[in-house]
Amino acid sequence: MDREEPSSEGQPQSPGYESYEYEVSTYTRSVTDPCQDAIATLYSFLDGELTSESRVKIQYHLEECSPCFAAFGFEAELKAVIARKCRDDVPDSLRQRVAEALRAEDVPT
Amino acid sequence: MADKEHFAEQAMGYMSSLYSAALRMTRNPADAEDLVQETYLKAYRAFGTFQEGTNLKSWLYKILTNTFINTYRSRRRRPTETELDDVEDLYLYHRLGGLEAAAAGRSAEDLVLDRLTEAEVKDAVESLPDPFRLAVLLADVEGFSYKEIAEILDVPIGTVMSRLHRGRRALQKALQPFAEQRRLTAPADVTS
Repeated sequence: MDREEPSSEGQPQSPGYESYEYEVSTYTRSVTDPCQDAIATLYSFLDGELTSESRVKIQYHLEECSPCFAAFGFEAELKAVIARKCRDDVPDSLRQRVAEALRAEDVPT
Repeated sequence: MADKEHFAEQAMGYMSSLYSAALRMTRNPADAEDLVQETYLKAYRAFGTFQEGTNLKSWLYKILTNTFINTYRSRRRRPTETELDDVEDLYLYHRLGGLEAAAAGRSAEDLVLDRLTEAEVKDAVESLPDPFRLAVLLADVEGFSYKEIAEILDVPIGTVMSRLHRGRRALQKALQPFAEQRRLTAPADVTS
């Protein structure tokens, strides 16, 4: 398993964990629940906002943990469904209105 | 002027997504049309300030959002503190039997989601308080980054993340009754 080595100094072992408080020893950090860690960053992961190092750690966990893989898959699908189902056709009348309004902005010479 | 021609070429293509966003914001087709028209006029007039090569879509969305906030947003400030304490992570997933289904190798939850109607999803989004609704629209429907959303809404990135997190929770809570109906009425071959 990809566990962090216990360290006497409270410095981050990897940039992906910069949000952690480093008053606690890294030994404590290495026994936190990886599933909890993954779920805590689920949205940042799905939004593509994690550093590549953090993303790789999550992907590694998802390969190993089918419950988390299923949960991530559900949330990803929910996000896609929201995007897919919030579409509307633009009325032709609106296109015409806007085109005319823009034309009316021309200053006649 | 060359600028006008460039504007039409580049900006008109975004009308359908701007119109959808305007509908979710104003919750009213007549206001949505007015909002879109006003956005295009403002954008056209300000196009001289737009930097070629920068993100035109987020520039247009900033105009749309500012116009919405200044002109169409309800004058009566509704409280934004929604009851979300009971909405934990993976709220909807758990309520659709996520863990048990995953253990049994089924993926019925995904099928339930797809069977949500457009009207249900739109109503759920439109039921969110303004700050949550705007964040969810920009992130989930339009795919803007946190940084782009922060610029569009003129708030810090931390605020974007907080509104998104809470907005998504509120959205899951709003979708839950519809999703539950789909789950209960799922065809036999899906639930067996």
